[in-house]
Amino acid sequence: MSEAEPKKPAARGGRNLELPEHLKAYKGVWVFIEHDRGEAHSVSWELLGEGRKLADTLGVSLSGVIMGGPDEPLDAIAKEAYSFGAEACYIIRDPVLKGYRNEPFTKGMTDLVNKYQPEIVLLGATTMGRDLAGSVATTLATGLTADCTELRIDPATRALAATRPTFGGSLLCTIMTLAYRPQMATVRPRVMRMPDADTTRTGTIIEDSLGMIETDIVTKLLDFIADENSNKVNLAYADIIVSGGKGLKNPDNFKLIWDLAKVLGAEVGATRPVVQSGWVDAERQVGQTGKTVRPKLYIAAGISGAIQHRVGMEGADVIIAINTDPNAPIFDFAHHGIVGNAMQVLPVLTDTFREHIAMRSRKAA
Amino acid sequence: MHIVVCIKQVPDSAQIRVHPVTNTIMRQGVPAIVNPYDLFALEEALRLKDKFGGKVTVICMGPPQAEDALKKCISFGADDAVLVTDRSFAGADTLATSYALAAAVRQLGREQKVDIVFTGKQTIDGDTAQVGPGIAKRLGLQLLTYVSRIADLDLEHDSITVERRAEGGVQVLKTAVPCLITMLEGTNEMRFAPLENMIHAARYPVRKWNKEAAGIEDVTKIGLKGSPTVVSKVFGPTPRAEKALMQSVEDATPRDVALNVIQKIFTQHPTLERDILAKAAV
Repeated sequence: MSEAEPKKPAARGGRNLELPEHLKAYKGVWVFIEHDRGEAHSVSWELLGEGRKLADTLGVSLSGVIMGGPDEPLDAIAKEAYSFGAEACYIIRDPVLKGYRNEPFTKGMTDLVNKYQPEIVLLGATTMGRDLAGSVATTLATGLTADCTELRIDPATRALAATRPTFGGSLLCTIMTLAYRPQMATVRPRVMRMPDADTTRTGTIIEDSLGMIETDIVTKLLDFIADENSNKVNLAYADIIVSGGKGLKNPDNFKLIWDLAKVLGAEVGATRPVVQSGWVDAERQVGQTGKTVRPKLYIAAGISGAIQHRVGMEGADVIIAINTDPNAPIFDFAHHGIVGNAMQVLPVLTDTFREHIAMRSRKAA
Repeated sequence: MHIVVCIKQVPDSAQIRVHPVTNTIMRQGVPAIVNPYDLFALEEALRLKDKFGGKVTVICMGPPQAEDALKKCISFGADDAVLVTDRSFAGADTLATSYALAAAVRQLGREQKVDIVFTGKQTIDGDTAQVGPGIAKRLGLQLLTYVSRIADLDLEHDSITVERRAEGGVQVLKTAVPCLITMLEGTNEMRFAPLENMIHAARYPVRKWNKEAAGIEDVTKIGLKGSPTVVSKVFGPTPRAEKALMQSVEDATPRDVALNVIQKIFTQHPTLERDILAKAAV
C-alpha cells in the first residue's frame, strides 16, 4: 500500500484515545438487519459476511438485530440471518415498528445497545441505515464511519479499522473509534461480497420490548408508494456493464456505449461527471456516490479511474478499460487495457463482439 | 415562519487533484463552492418562504473564508447568514460538528423561534449524511431524511407532510414542526440570483459567531476533543498485483486489438461467453 505518512493515531488536542475501563465490557459484533415488506435487504447478509470475519478475529459472537411489527416474518428473517453467520438475533416486535420510522427504531436500537453492549454495530448505507445510524450514534455519543469499503480489526488496539474514500473519492482513509463504544460503521450495498448461505446453521432468539406506544410517536407513516419495477435500471445486479466517462467528450459519442451494451445484453453505466452533465440518468452512476456493482464483465470507456469511480466497480470479475492516456489510473486495476481513443475503439469492439456472437451462435445451432 | 438552512463550504471535488508521488491533496487553486446538495435544501426553503412568508437564515460552520459561501446563499434570496467560526472547532468529526451546529441553531431560535431546519442530503467532501440526523437528535426535532417533496405544510396546526425516498419506494410521512429535513438532490432547481441580489450579498454583513456567541456550553464536545473517530491513515489506492494486459491502437489496428481482447477474455472466462451467447439467443 502506498501510504502517505504511516502514523499511529496520536493523542492530539488533549484527546483521550484509551478505551475507558467501563467500556471494556462491550463485546460482540452486531448487524442491523434491514427488511421491508417481508424481505431482508441483501446488504444485511453482506454485512453478516463481513461481521463474521470481524467476530472470528476478535473471538466474539455475531448477532443480528431485527425490529418489526408482530405480523411481519421476523423469525424467518432470523433463520436466514443464522444461515449467513449470525449466532443470535435480538428481536423487538411491536406494532409501532411496522414500516421504518426514525423515532421508534432509534429508541429500539439505542436501548438494545445500552442493555447488551456490543463493541461493533454495522448497518447498511441505505436510506434506512444511514438515517438510523446517524441518529443512534448521536444519541449514544459514539463514532460512526460512513460508506466503508473495507473493515478490519487493528491488531494493536483490537479496534475496528474502517476504510473509506475521502476527499471526494480521491484518496482512502482508515478511521477508528478508540475511546468510545460501540464502534459504528455503515457499508453500501454490493460493496462486500455476498456470503454463502448454510441453512444447517442455527441460532438463538433474544426477544426484547420497545416500551413505546403509537401516541408517543409524532411522525406517522401515511403511505408507501412502491417504485414501478418495469422501467427500473438494475445496475447493481447486472452481469455485464458498459460504462462511459467524460473521455467520450459529448452526449452524442455516448451513444457508442449504448450500442455496445445492446450487443452484449449489458446495462449502461457512467461516471459522476457524465451524470452531472446530464448525459444519462443519475441511477446509472457507478461509484462512491452512485451504485456499487459486481458484474462478470465491466467495460470502461473514456474513464480515468478516480477512486470515486473505482470503489464502485473494482469488484468486477473482468475489467476492460479503454483510455487514450497509457498512465490513466484505470489501467492500475483493469485486467485488459486498450490505449486508444474510445470513439475509435468502441465501434470496432461492438462490431467484433457482434460478429463473434453471430459466429458462435451459428456453430451452436 | 423561520427556516434555518445549514450549509457547508466544500472544495469543488471535480477539481481536486492528488499529488501522484506524495499522495497529498493539492488544494492550491481548487475553488471553494457551496456544497451542491445544500442548494436543494436552500431552494426548498426559499420556495416555502415564497409561499408562506417568513425568514430564511443560512448557517455554516467553517473557517473565515466560508463567508463567501454564505454570501452566495444571500444572493439566491436568504435573509440572514451566520458563520460559526472558531479555531476550537478544528478537527471536528460529524458528532462534534452536529454538537456545534445544534448549539448555533438553538441560539438562532432564541432570536426567533425556528420552525424548520434544512440540510442537504450529504456533503460532497465527507459524503457521510450524518450531520443532519445528528442536529435533529440533539435538538429533539422530528427527522425527515431524503425528502423528495414537501406535499403539505399546515402552519396553523404545525403539521407537515413529506415524501421520503426509501429503498424500493417512497414513504409518505406526516409529522409536526419543528422538524429537520434533509433534502434529496434533483428535487428542485436553484433559482438564478438577480444582479441586485448579488450586489446586496456582496455588501451583506454576515454575522460571525465564535463558540461563546454560538452558545457552546461544553467545550469538550467540539473540535478534535469532541470527536470519537480518529483518522489513523490516509493513503492512495493499491494497484492490482497483476498489471493489466495492455494493447495500444498505435501498435495494432483497432480490429486486431478488439479480436485479441475478445479472444482472451472468452478463453479465460468461458462462462462469460456462454452467458453472452445465451442472452443474444433470447
